[in-house]
Amino acid sequence: MSEQTDLSVEEIRQISVLTRIAMTEDELDVMRAQMSDILDSVAILNEVDTENVEPTGHSVNIKSVMREDQRQDSLTQDETLLNAPHRDGSFIRIKAVLE
Amino acid sequence: MESVNLETITIAEARRLLDNKEVSAVELTKKYLERIKNFEKDIDAYVTVTEDRALEDATLADKRIGEGTQTNLTGIPMQLKDNICYSGIPTTCSSKMLENFIPPFDASVSTYLKNENSVLLGKGNLDEFAMGSSTENSALKSTKNPWDTNRVPGGSSGGPAAAVAASECVFSLGSDTGGSIRQPASLCGVVGMKPTYGLVSRFGLVAFASSLDQIGPLTKSVEDSALVLQSIAGHDSRDSTSLDVKIPDYVSNLTTDLKGFRIGIPKEYFIEGISPGVEKSILDSVEVLRGLGADVKEVSLPHTKYALAVYYIIAPSEASANLARYDGVKYGFSEKDAETMWAGLENTRSNGFGPEVKRRIMLGAYALSAGYYDAFYLKAQKVRTLIRQEFEDVFKNVDVLAMPTSPTTAFKIGDKIDDPLQMYLNDIFTIPANIAGIPGISIPAGMVDGLPVGLQFMAGTLQETNLFKAAYAYEQATDWHNHFPSI
Repeated sequence: MSEQTDLSVEEIRQISVLTRIAMTEDELDVMRAQMSDILDSVAILNEVDTENVEPTGHSVNIKSVMREDQRQDSLTQDETLLNAPHRDGSFIRIKAVLE
Repeated sequence: MESVNLETITIAEARRLLDNKEVSAVELTKKYLERIKNFEKDIDAYVTVTEDRALEDATLADKRIGEGTQTNLTGIPMQLKDNICYSGIPTTCSSKMLENFIPPFDASVSTYLKNENSVLLGKGNLDEFAMGSSTENSALKSTKNPWDTNRVPGGSSGGPAAAVAASECVFSLGSDTGGSIRQPASLCGVVGMKPTYGLVSRFGLVAFASSLDQIGPLTKSVEDSALVLQSIAGHDSRDSTSLDVKIPDYVSNLTTDLKGFRIGIPKEYFIEGISPGVEKSILDSVEVLRGLGADVKEVSLPHTKYALAVYYIIAPSEASANLARYDGVKYGFSEKDAETMWAGLENTRSNGFGPEVKRRIMLGAYALSAGYYDAFYLKAQKVRTLIRQEFEDVFKNVDVLAMPTSPTTAFKIGDKIDDPLQMYLNDIFTIPANIAGIPGISIPAGMVDGLPVGLQFMAGTLQETNLFKAAYAYEQATDWHNHFPSI
């Protein structure tokens, strides 16, 4: 977190690859400026002394719970595949993963 | 029947009319459907109106009332924010990504309302995936504020807040990740309540930021807010963050007596940027509370100024993980005309998500990426601890905090949409409650230039009874909840 964040277009391009969101050059440029501004505004956190402070992931104390192993109804195959964009019988069709 | 005035009707009043057979659930539902038909062209609070479902629900409700087995919400016409799943009814999240998604299951809150035979009128508009403060980020329509249709209703539960304000339903359920129930309630002049994190099941609420999201009611009165929370609060084994606690009787604990009740006014919520009209309304409200016997004192929460920054690291980080599931394979929008699987995935996400959603996914991915994780995400989680502790400390000395809900009244449509940082500032007074997981409520507390002002109370973890007590006493001592927009 530097005082003046100046992300490069290349950094934004890399994030667009990681998040699988295709972007045009113009979109990359707008995102670069907006994300730089937002990161600048969160740099205020550098003022806070967090030495020896534990991080909070959840605001409530969560402990793992186990339920009884009982048979429960689940969705049918038809219900599960109801919203699949490219359904093929009891399968979902996608483009080849390996070429 | 002729005596039913939809503008003023609350759950409590509708209950009395239904139980006394002065109106049937079907008749009441038809009146709401007619009102929706008349006003939706100006307000756009609904993404989907479920007329057939509503009449079917109402018929079942009338049967139950006839048998004398009704509960608090039987036959009450209501709306659900369109990120809450209801089996067989589209749940769009106001996104192109889910425009045609029909959930094959119910959110737990939907099941609870169904079990009471509440009447579903339809699904309320929101900022896409609940990301925004004006409902302008909806990919489907822009909701207008019933008090001035050139202005935003707030967000992200803008549809629910506008629908309650315009009397297009008796109550609605929204979701609040950084203020998305309370801020639109403030801008639309209704009651909006965010429960303690974990009090209401999130099962079937489309996930945005899982450590912050919470479902809560938007209503016309504080009593109604308590009634709805009573119906939806409680442990649910399908939500791993659901709290297993005894639920108090919220309604019977409502009282107008604030003698000895301790109210803290945190000075950090009266800062530069708050509009003078809002500040005056809130300070006047504090005097009303003092007049009711409350022990009012100034308190300090010095880490308040960091809450917004903490939020804009944590919420996008969690969103980037939660929204990774939208791949155009299992459900949702899918770009067909791509050469390869990867191109299909990238085009699906590029064309299925709107600008704010993309911004938050990318911001989150950046904050979580190797080399930046400690500086951003871990740092934000540590400051979150400090903000939590500060609230815990202050609630040793006060029962509730009182402050403005939003720094301004409703702003004009288009005014802030091109400046994300300006838009984010709308939530500066609501975000701290989500960071700390504590409950908050916004109630009508003034009018400035014809626009409503919201007074916010926050209470300690699971202290909803205190929250309702302060809100109810203020409401009963003032007349702001009896102002209605002329539409």
